[in-house]
Amino acid sequence: MSRYTSLTDDDLRVMLDLIGAASVDELFEDLPEGVRLRRPLDLPAGMSEQEVFAHLSALADRNVSAADETTFLGAGMYDHYVPALIDSILSRSEFLTPYTPYQPEISQGGLQVMFEYQTAISELTGLPVSNASLYEGPSAVGAAAYLAKLANGRPDVVVSRGVHPHSRATLETLAPGYGQNVVEAPLRDGVTDLDALTGLIGPGTTAVIVQQPNFLGAVEDLAPLVAAAKSVGALVVCACDPLPMALLRTPGELGIDVAVGEGQSLGNRLDYGGPSFGFFAASQEHIRRMPGRIAGETRDVDGRRGFVLTLQTREQHIRREKATSNICTAQVLNALAGVIYLSWLGRRGAVELAELMLRRADYARRTLTALPGVRALHDQPIAREFALALDAPVEAVIERCAAEGVNPGYALGRDYPEHPDGLLVAITEQRSRADIDRLADVLGRAVAAGSRTGALTGARA
Amino acid sequence: MSVSVQTPQQRDHATTIYERSRPGRRAFTPPPLDVPEVPLDDLLAPHLRREAPAALPEVAEPEIVRHYNGLSKRNFDLDSGFYPLGSCTMKHNPKLHERVAALPGNARLHPLQSPARAQGALELMWLLERALAEVSGLPHVSLQPSAGSHGELAGVLLTRAYHADRGDERTLVLTPDTAHGTNPATVTMAGYEVVKVGTSPDGGVDLEDLRRKATDRVACLMLTNPNTLGLFDPNIESIARIVHDAGATLYYDGANLNAVMGISRPGDMGFDIVHFNLHKSFTQPHGGGGPGAGPIAVSDRIAPYLMVPRIVRTEPEGGGAPVYDLDHDGPKSIGRLRGFQGNYGVFVRSYAYICSLGAEGLREASEIAVLNANYLLALLKREGIGEHLPLAYGERCMHEFVLSGAPMKRDLGIRTTDLAKRLLDFGYHPPTVYFPLLVEEALLVEPTETETRETLEAFADAVGEILREAADDPEIARNAPYSTPVRRLDEAAAARTPVVRQPPPD
Repeated sequence: MSRYTSLTDDDLRVMLDLIGAASVDELFEDLPEGVRLRRPLDLPAGMSEQEVFAHLSALADRNVSAADETTFLGAGMYDHYVPALIDSILSRSEFLTPYTPYQPEISQGGLQVMFEYQTAISELTGLPVSNASLYEGPSAVGAAAYLAKLANGRPDVVVSRGVHPHSRATLETLAPGYGQNVVEAPLRDGVTDLDALTGLIGPGTTAVIVQQPNFLGAVEDLAPLVAAAKSVGALVVCACDPLPMALLRTPGELGIDVAVGEGQSLGNRLDYGGPSFGFFAASQEHIRRMPGRIAGETRDVDGRRGFVLTLQTREQHIRREKATSNICTAQVLNALAGVIYLSWLGRRGAVELAELMLRRADYARRTLTALPGVRALHDQPIAREFALALDAPVEAVIERCAAEGVNPGYALGRDYPEHPDGLLVAITEQRSRADIDRLADVLGRAVAAGSRTGALTGARA
Repeated sequence: MSVSVQTPQQRDHATTIYERSRPGRRAFTPPPLDVPEVPLDDLLAPHLRREAPAALPEVAEPEIVRHYNGLSKRNFDLDSGFYPLGSCTMKHNPKLHERVAALPGNARLHPLQSPARAQGALELMWLLERALAEVSGLPHVSLQPSAGSHGELAGVLLTRAYHADRGDERTLVLTPDTAHGTNPATVTMAGYEVVKVGTSPDGGVDLEDLRRKATDRVACLMLTNPNTLGLFDPNIESIARIVHDAGATLYYDGANLNAVMGISRPGDMGFDIVHFNLHKSFTQPHGGGGPGAGPIAVSDRIAPYLMVPRIVRTEPEGGGAPVYDLDHDGPKSIGRLRGFQGNYGVFVRSYAYICSLGAEGLREASEIAVLNANYLLALLKREGIGEHLPLAYGERCMHEFVLSGAPMKRDLGIRTTDLAKRLLDFGYHPPTVYFPLLVEEALLVEPTETETRETLEAFADAVGEILREAADDPEIARNAPYSTPVRRLDEAAAARTPVVRQPPPD
């Protein structure tokens, strides 16, 4: 018997007796012979706890994590410091192991967390309503397109090339199911090309989707983009990086309809890409079209304040095929980390952290672009991340830096073939000036080595 | 005698973190500014900056800790009590899993780290894929979907790509009337129209109805087996034949896989696509409703359309350890369904679970889940309970069963929701109520394999006591609960005038 079950032989006898069955096998007699597996599963035998730990530790040791190198890798997920109190609170079984709060009377803690989380997201985005989180950032972009379909039923989604490649790819996968076509608006000088965008939108445009700061790290001047979208009656969706939002003009201030984003940087681990959470906030008129779970405040029969899952008539368990989405969950535990993190930062700390990242990113950009063979890919304002163009093959440069224990960032070439020499560098509060100076040293030498090789082989101009 | 003293915990009842906020308090100490200070306006022009800071709480660490500790005490959880929530599979979460997921090599691994430096993670994912392929009997797996409903969406989009690739225009998807609500919602999001298939008197798919509706316009049938009535459909082979003869695909909603691991495989039943709820069958702390993960497995004919990236394993020429990589190419792939590599932290836990149990343990888990369910059912059939809460369909069950509270409502004057609320006072999480929809006053019970016989007996006794109590005075249950942090909440008022955030400060 496995260590996670507890029936004794005596239990088995008593239980089968009461059921009136001769054996456990008899309980499966409804299974036709043709669909029974008449052999053991082809899997290894079970292991002791200590063996499993050893096996998984050995696998984990084969990964090079942010604990093993000085990393400037970002591109949508970031190596931030996670304060100790998050681990402490998240490991409480009352937060870790409950299910969806279907019985609100015994789920007030979790429901209140959702309410507090929604408030924090509303504050960050400047939009009045937030759901209690979605899977992650890119699928939240896909969900925003579905909201646009429900709101105006138009066929064309126009998405900026500055939106995260994974978000655009997710949208391309989902939009045909919604009956939508995806049209891409190009970038110019690192930001969404306003003239090109204006030419692409029209009465058939359901939504314009932009990202702030965009994937190349540039802070977009969103006001004219919003005005252009509004002039054709399209919704505007902005994918936001939540920490810079402490500093940047909010979607609410700009009249944007929906703000979504990746919540990983708010107190969540990297976890090789998940779980994290996606946030989703909207203007008041869209509250009944918003996907996912929402907590609302109410009173109990004795007049005490309490919280419940609300507006559930939008949802799949009630409306079935007429639901505003098929999502029947949220990333509640990850969102809990998010709201604790934002409480930890607090009103002033969020601004201080955003400013620190901005100042260090600016210092890093100036320091790195002073190196021979390193240029800025664009000169737009930045907030935490910036794009460089190298005079050397990027993959080889990354390899050389990695050999010295520095991961300089993300090679843009796969996602942006127009920038085969692009490198995206991310700064968090975990990367000090000394780390940045070290990056400059290592990157400078790697680029120089790469340029020499290039000159020798003639592989690059 | 009434006592008027209130503890701080009672007084601070439902106080939010925003209401605890006081200007000037803080928990965060920023790292020092170690770069030259440039005026902010030079870095970011004023028109790009927000007008006022976000009104986040101003609290010091001790207050944050007390606040969330206080909230945690207002939550019921699996580690503290029995949770027989049907179709949710609330089995024990092994503690080892949190430890291995937290290893820095996992927790601090960046998703865009080059595959050469993430060999352990890719190998773990590959091993998990192989295990899921073996459990499902379908050879190709994608771990990408983030939840069961996300896996469903993947499955229906794959079906769409499969038919489109063959030039076969189909517009309808069949779902039984017992289906989870996510199935019809998914069908609509994928651009199909839902057609319901009825349930026969024995609780399975109505074969006559299926034959009538399985036309050449049908793209897919989505089926849960065992279904939400807790019954394995004995006609599954005929169902598969009818669906395949119509040229449609057969989709397996894996929500109830916990009943058949190692005993019967969806692939062997004729299914083309299956999703797993890793958080159910292979454990993951449910976290109050997430995160989970919903990988899918598919047959050969569906494989070309699977999401990218896919994990590939190559054996180096001349020997040596296998090398793992991510393949982003897929000429017929539906593309990406989310960012990065999926909910890897969930994969670590589920893989650890599979390692712990092994082939034999997985089968045993299902056997005991079914045994426990049948034992609890037998206890609830006893005199004093069974006549008020009869089994809706069949005689026995798989890992869950549906009782009908209709006689209880008629004879004792309490509804299923009243029974559920009264169970809270007895320290139990109630079963799922009012689902599946076709059973009046439904109560869907799933004890799982990790509960002891004593727990099942005590729960059945509590149900019996509540029914006896109701026979005496139904008002007790109608006004329950009494012992919880709040009593029955006005959900209608919450939906009428939604208050979904703390009001902004003045």
